[in-house]
Amino acid sequence: MIEIKNANKWYGDFQVLSDCSTSVNKGEVVVVCGPSGSGKSTLIKCVNGLEPIDNGEITVEGIKVNDKKTDLNQLRARIGMVFQNFELFPHMSAIENVKLGQLKVLGRSPAEAEEKANALLERVGLSEHANKYPSQLSGGQQQRVAIARGLAMNPIAMLFDEPTSALDPEMINDVLDVMVELAQEGMTMIVVTHEMGFAQKVANRVVFMDEGKIVEDSPKDEFFGSPRSDRAQLFLSKILTH
Amino acid sequence: MIDFDYDIIWSNLPFLWEGMKVTLLLTFLALVGGLLLGTVLALIRVAKIPILAWVAAAYVNFFRSLPLILVIFWLYFLVPLILGHSVGSFYSVLVAFVLFEAAYYSEIVRAGISSVGSGQIAAARAIGLTYPQTMRYVVLPQAFRAMVPVLLTQAIILFQDTSLVYVVGLKDFLVSAELIANRDQRLIEMFIFVAIVYFIICFSGSLLTRHLQKKLKI
Amino acid sequence: MNYNWDWGILFREPYLEWLIDGLGWTVSLSLIAWVIAFCLGSMLGIMRTSVSPTLRLVGAVYVEIFRNVPLLVQLFLWFFVFPELLPDDAGMWVKREMPMPALTTAIIGIGLYTASRVCEQVRSGIEAVGIGQRNAGRALGMSETKVYINVLLPNAYRIIIPPLTSEFLTIFKNSSLALTIGVVELTAMTRQIEEYTFQGFEAFTAATVIYSVVTFIVMLIMQTIEKYVRVPGRVSVG
Repeated sequence: MIEIKNANKWYGDFQVLSDCSTSVNKGEVVVVCGPSGSGKSTLIKCVNGLEPIDNGEITVEGIKVNDKKTDLNQLRARIGMVFQNFELFPHMSAIENVKLGQLKVLGRSPAEAEEKANALLERVGLSEHANKYPSQLSGGQQQRVAIARGLAMNPIAMLFDEPTSALDPEMINDVLDVMVELAQEGMTMIVVTHEMGFAQKVANRVVFMDEGKIVEDSPKDEFFGSPRSDRAQLFLSKILTH
Repeated sequence: MIDFDYDIIWSNLPFLWEGMKVTLLLTFLALVGGLLLGTVLALIRVAKIPILAWVAAAYVNFFRSLPLILVIFWLYFLVPLILGHSVGSFYSVLVAFVLFEAAYYSEIVRAGISSVGSGQIAAARAIGLTYPQTMRYVVLPQAFRAMVPVLLTQAIILFQDTSLVYVVGLKDFLVSAELIANRDQRLIEMFIFVAIVYFIICFSGSLLTRHLQKKLKI
Repeated sequence: MNYNWDWGILFREPYLEWLIDGLGWTVSLSLIAWVIAFCLGSMLGIMRTSVSPTLRLVGAVYVEIFRNVPLLVQLFLWFFVFPELLPDDAGMWVKREMPMPALTTAIIGIGLYTASRVCEQVRSGIEAVGIGQRNAGRALGMSETKVYINVLLPNAYRIIIPPLTSEFLTIFKNSSLALTIGVVELTAMTRQIEEYTFQGFEAFTAATVIYSVVTFIVMLIMQTIEKYVRVPGRVSVG
């Protein structure tokens, strides 16, 4: 469903993505990991066109992300994204955050949007907090609202950019639980994360990046069992010591 | 020393109030006009519309390098010339103030918009909101909340700046007081009175602003 | 639009001389007022951040008084009211024998007003340097004065170069207010040219160009100074 072919991207003289190629099939969960600065966040932002690539091709269900004629707004409405810093809209309550996209982009009626928003907030376990403002919610709660906000658009795929990196340890599991459920229900997901426990549980494939290049791209068991590259081995050994 | 004649103030209050009305009206209209034009300029610059953004930037830098008195003289001279007939000084002066203040308000709005983190714009775009929608529903509401204290402070400055209409003789509060002062030879009483009135209004304004600032800390 | 263009008028005597004189008064007024504003403002800024509540109060009161009355009104107070409030001899001297009364009054009036603004910039610069730095200095045994001279002020001034430049340019623009008490500075001169020749466009353009050019030059100088004194890695408060 999502195809990345020979993607390259530069920030000035610095090459941040180097000939990256991979694909994600419907219902697959792909975890992207690697050291800081490896380009993994940039790669995921290129999938929904938040960042452009300089050459190469990215297609989502046949639609070319980098074609000037593509309606990026429509495309983004079909892909959900969750950010490291949650980025809930602070001047709106939780339920208003979840309703905004439905009302303004999908054009749903207020009643429909309200119903769907309530259902989603219940699904992520936050019904009682529907009318609270982001500043009144903990990090873990905010991130779950952010997930609900993405799901409200009935996306064909969900992108997660280090969803738990900004959370206190005690809240990480609340968010991961929601993500695991999503995966088990068959959602197509690309997740940039350091949480290897999550990867081991629900990932189909693991992509390892270093210095802008995709160094490993293998099924989960293979990756954790016998990673081929030294770099991946080094990375895993440092991450998995506990 | 001198003997302070309070009576002159009391007996001329209606005339002084007429002057104050002109001051307040000018302040209000210039504020609204300046803020509207300033916001448009700021949005053009933030959206980086080609050519227009450069023009907006040039406009802002240009008006910010000129004294207000010169701008008042310019418009006082130009407006009747362009219209072909003479027009009350109020309108020339109002145009001068709107054009001048817009440059300052534009910078305030621009700073307010950039204080809204880029993550917010990314999140809004990620759910498919268009650029105008992002500005309208996500960025501007947050920006204005952040800007209110600075906008109010600029309004107080504008209120003080209206005293410069003195140079074209428009009968605002200061000029009204000066007319009485010269007619009755009572400069001391009138100017001190004017200073005290301005002080009370501006000081209260700044206290209000500080209070609002505390309340608005989201 | 009925208008006779005559750009040459700017280069004809006596108009050219008027422009040059006007510019001369504008520049001198601005520079001297700036010296007053900078010195007094720095002192007040230091007072507002001192440990003594009395000094802080004096600084705060000064700022509130000078900030909440329009500059034009302040100039009128200094020019028309102040001499009357002085004891007779002093009043007489100010009114009769003080050289260039309008210019002196304008310089003092604009200087004292701008001092209140410089005070706030210096204060925010010192506060930006932070209480941690102040404590570190005291912990080494430095007196309050030494802490200011060696720790706070060197960093504070670097941080506030942009807003201070902006204050200087504000004085430069505010010098135009001096025309209301009779100082024939640049703006006044161009108005005079307009009144004599009806060539308003040319006259005001001259003033516009001069003010814009000076602003541009001052900004360039500021950027150069900032580069020279920059501490690597530090960002300035804009």
